[in-house]
Amino acid sequence: MNDEMGNKVIIAENLTKKFGNFTAVDHITFEVERGEIFGFLGANGAGKTTAMRMFCGLSRPTEGKGSVGGFDVRTQAEQIKKNIGYMSQKFSLYEDLKVWENIRLFAGIYGVKEGEIKSRSEELLHRLGLYEERDSFVKSLPLGWKQKLAFSVAIFHHPKIVFLDEPTGGVDPIARRQFWELIYEAADQGITIFVTTHYMDEAEYCNRVSIMVDGRIDALDTPRNLKEQFGTTDMDGVFRALARKAKRGD
Amino acid sequence: MILKYLLEKEFKQFRRNPIFPRLMVAFPILIIFVFPWVTTFEVQNIKVTVVDDDNSTLSHRLTHEIENSRYFNLVGAEPSYQLGLADVEKGTADVVLDIPRDFEKNMIRRSGSNIQISANAVNGIKGNIGSSYLNAIVAQFATKIASEHGLKVQPAVNVITQNRFNEYLDYKKFMIPALITMVLILLCGFFPTLNIVSEKEIGTIEQINVTPVGKASFIIAKLIPYWAMGLIVFTVCFFLAWLTYGFAPQGNVLLIYLDAVLFIMFMSGFGLVVSNNSATMQQAMFVMFFCIMVFILMSGLFTPIHSMPQWAQDIAFFNPPRYYIEIMRSVFLKGSNFMENWFSYMMLAIFDLLINFWAILSYRKQS
Repeated sequence: MNDEMGNKVIIAENLTKKFGNFTAVDHITFEVERGEIFGFLGANGAGKTTAMRMFCGLSRPTEGKGSVGGFDVRTQAEQIKKNIGYMSQKFSLYEDLKVWENIRLFAGIYGVKEGEIKSRSEELLHRLGLYEERDSFVKSLPLGWKQKLAFSVAIFHHPKIVFLDEPTGGVDPIARRQFWELIYEAADQGITIFVTTHYMDEAEYCNRVSIMVDGRIDALDTPRNLKEQFGTTDMDGVFRALARKAKRGD
Repeated sequence: MILKYLLEKEFKQFRRNPIFPRLMVAFPILIIFVFPWVTTFEVQNIKVTVVDDDNSTLSHRLTHEIENSRYFNLVGAEPSYQLGLADVEKGTADVVLDIPRDFEKNMIRRSGSNIQISANAVNGIKGNIGSSYLNAIVAQFATKIASEHGLKVQPAVNVITQNRFNEYLDYKKFMIPALITMVLILLCGFFPTLNIVSEKEIGTIEQINVTPVGKASFIIAKLIPYWAMGLIVFTVCFFLAWLTYGFAPQGNVLLIYLDAVLFIMFMSGFGLVVSNNSATMQQAMFVMFFCIMVFILMSGLFTPIHSMPQWAQDIAFFNPPRYYIEIMRSVFLKGSNFMENWFSYMMLAIFDLLINFWAILSYRKQS
């Protein structure tokens, strides 16, 4: 890892992604510190998912530079993949595999040792309260449990950074609360959290928040500073003030 | 070893698929017990209408002769040729046999007469074969009558045809290797075609693409279950064919298996290439369906390649199933050895390398 970067685990410099004439992500520049919980906010279609996919090495940038964990997103995508976890917006574990089979598969792919997989997945299942369900097919789990499982699978191999794309979409407030407890636990272990959300109460849980409008980052600071800057009492006000300027629709 | 975990996943998913394992059982049964009986080119039950303008002993004998043949059904007698043709138009007859006035007289006095055979060639094979069968019966009949009356028969060249390797022209023997080819094309072609693209549709591929899994490992783990499946189905088909019809290969079984392995590797690799390059299952299915039509029709499975126009033969040169079928027929029916088929084996191996390399390349983890 490059020493100059110090504690900066994610760096974006004019990072841009175009699809034909459409600029999904428009020259974004920012940095994320090690151990941070970084909230990546924006309206639907603002370009959050596209930006996240570039950091995860799933999508090649059209312009600009980016690095994750010290590796270049353009040329070292496979290196990045060893050091991150990712939970996509759409639930994407194998529904026709059982709970323990999904954990085993991804642990194996990330190179966790055979002997370790068994003991650690049992410990994980106990912690998540999913031990009784270990032999159930994933498709039979309620959405809240699926999300918790997906998150746990994403951090099973102890990545440096985990990317979460709307991890709590569609789940009830209690399940959301529990999910954020898992996020805090992971952050305590030193994992950097990069998370997108549409829930403004969740934005308050983040150390720093950026707000994307039409492919650009229009604001980036701690939730407290943002509220001060926009003269509102909650993040909802900040978001409305910025998102109102958006020209792109849903 | 990542491959172990990926293989576990693929085999489990295959086993749990609601349809695939059932098809694996249904196909061999249909192929061996049902299709050999229906894919016969032997023409039987040809419907004949006789127009007997002579109404003599001899013309009646000829009519009986035809009636007794297992190829013909005498469906009627019409008073005129026009009415006979009307039967063909209505579809109640395939062939009209017109026996002219003075048939008997001419046969005995001048030892010769004309007989008109009109066949409905809408179904070309039936019309063609039907009229030549009828020709043969009439010719035989004429010879018999001539010798009965002590007439000099004009010496004719008598052609004796001997059908080597399939003496009795048993179509089942000819069709079974071809039908097994169809199963391999369908199972080992379509299943992989649906595989990766279905992961794209469901979204699970995203979770795989974000891992450091190697492209080659991922593709090989996808291929191996289809190789295993293909070989199992192949073996079951041959075993059933042997049990039911007593067909055993004339040549070395290992050479047949080598052929099958090379072909299965081609088909499953091809399926994955289509799958990798498709965005939806529907798209993948249509592309594969189109390719399979070309594979089958240009492979010599149903029609000999050497009868095709030169340009079609040139295309068939690049059609891998063609080599598989050539080897299969020559080893299975003729008992040929490796050296007689080395070119076909080599072509299959080259196609295997190319297509599987392409399968790995066309799997993209980053867009």
